[in-house]
Amino acid sequence: MSVSNRPLSPHLQVYRLPLTAITSILHRATGVALGIGTLLLVWWLMAAATGGGYFEFVQSIMGSWIGLLILFGFSFALFFHLCNGIRHLFWDSGYGFEIETAEKATKLVIASSVVLTVLAWILACAL
Amino acid sequence: MAEFSLPANSKVKIGNTHKAEAGAKRVKAFKIYRYDPDTGQNPRVDTYEIDLDECGPMVLDALIKIKNEVDTSVTFRRSCREGICGSCAMNIDGTNTLACLKSIDDVKGDVKIYPLPHMPVVKDLVPDLTQPYAQLASIEPWLKAKSPPPPDEERRQSTEEREKLDGLWECVLCFCCSTSCPSYWWNGDRYLGPAILLQAYRWIADSRDEYTGERLDELEDPFRLYRCHTIMNCTKTCPKGLNPAKAIGEIKKLMVQRM
Repeated sequence: MSVSNRPLSPHLQVYRLPLTAITSILHRATGVALGIGTLLLVWWLMAAATGGGYFEFVQSIMGSWIGLLILFGFSFALFFHLCNGIRHLFWDSGYGFEIETAEKATKLVIASSVVLTVLAWILACAL
Repeated sequence: MAEFSLPANSKVKIGNTHKAEAGAKRVKAFKIYRYDPDTGQNPRVDTYEIDLDECGPMVLDALIKIKNEVDTSVTFRRSCREGICGSCAMNIDGTNTLACLKSIDDVKGDVKIYPLPHMPVVKDLVPDLTQPYAQLASIEPWLKAKSPPPPDEERRQSTEEREKLDGLWECVLCFCCSTSCPSYWWNGDRYLGPAILLQAYRWIADSRDEYTGERLDELEDPFRLYRCHTIMNCTKTCPKGLNPAKAIGEIKKLMVQRM
């Protein structure tokens, strides 16, 4: 029986990830999403610089339901990453490591990023 | 690169079921990960039905009952049965803990028991802990001093200095925390993991230790320390109620402060 043939015990398959772990992976996912989303933003700005028909073409994509859905996701990613980033600053200064505090802060991060996203869209639609 | 699925030889199959005795009233099913190195077959999950009226209150009591009365081949580590030795660390109901401290009544539904996650399995619930032990040795977990000790007394410490070690010295090295950490799952060969970093901080925080700078130098590494992304699984899972995430946070703070 060679040692290297030992099976690997189950991990993601069996582990019940706590809320803090979910927001941690969401922080990374939104970070990646923001990177890609910024490219879209640059594309939109370049279209504006090109002007005329091309800008209208890009605008029509951004204004379509799928474009709006992507923009909605982008804005949520932005607000979530921002709120969780602020929480990381607290951790970096040595605060908020107790389980109760961390779980409350996690819920606060989720709630405030949802509220900020909705507020931003209400504002955007009103203007 | 992180490998999220299990290798072919590690995929878990459905195993055998051992029914409870006729007349048992409070039956609870224990679903236990089994791996026998002698057969070379894939791991499986066997089900053992136990009458709780005939069993002690803790998950470890059920495991011992199963081994004594149902299936002697079930293999697990245990010793003190009171949360001091750290031997019976395993994944119960989706969370790492000590079987001796985990009440059966705290588990809703079937009790699913797996070895500590993302570790090589020696047999059944016994993981190979060679790597974390080697990592523990690497941080030199003992008091190191440059000055000679006082001639006729021990190295003294004030009450306040001693209090800084509370929440650190109680660690029993069960490795529940390290094996709950996704960073340790994906980068365990280079990231030290929460258990070892808590130990490292235990000596960094010790007023009698005179190698703080050297200890921090050893940890100043993108992997050894900084694979910690404050996921907090470690603190959430620690059966002793310690806070490895905070200890790691303190190390990171010291790194910044000394710049």
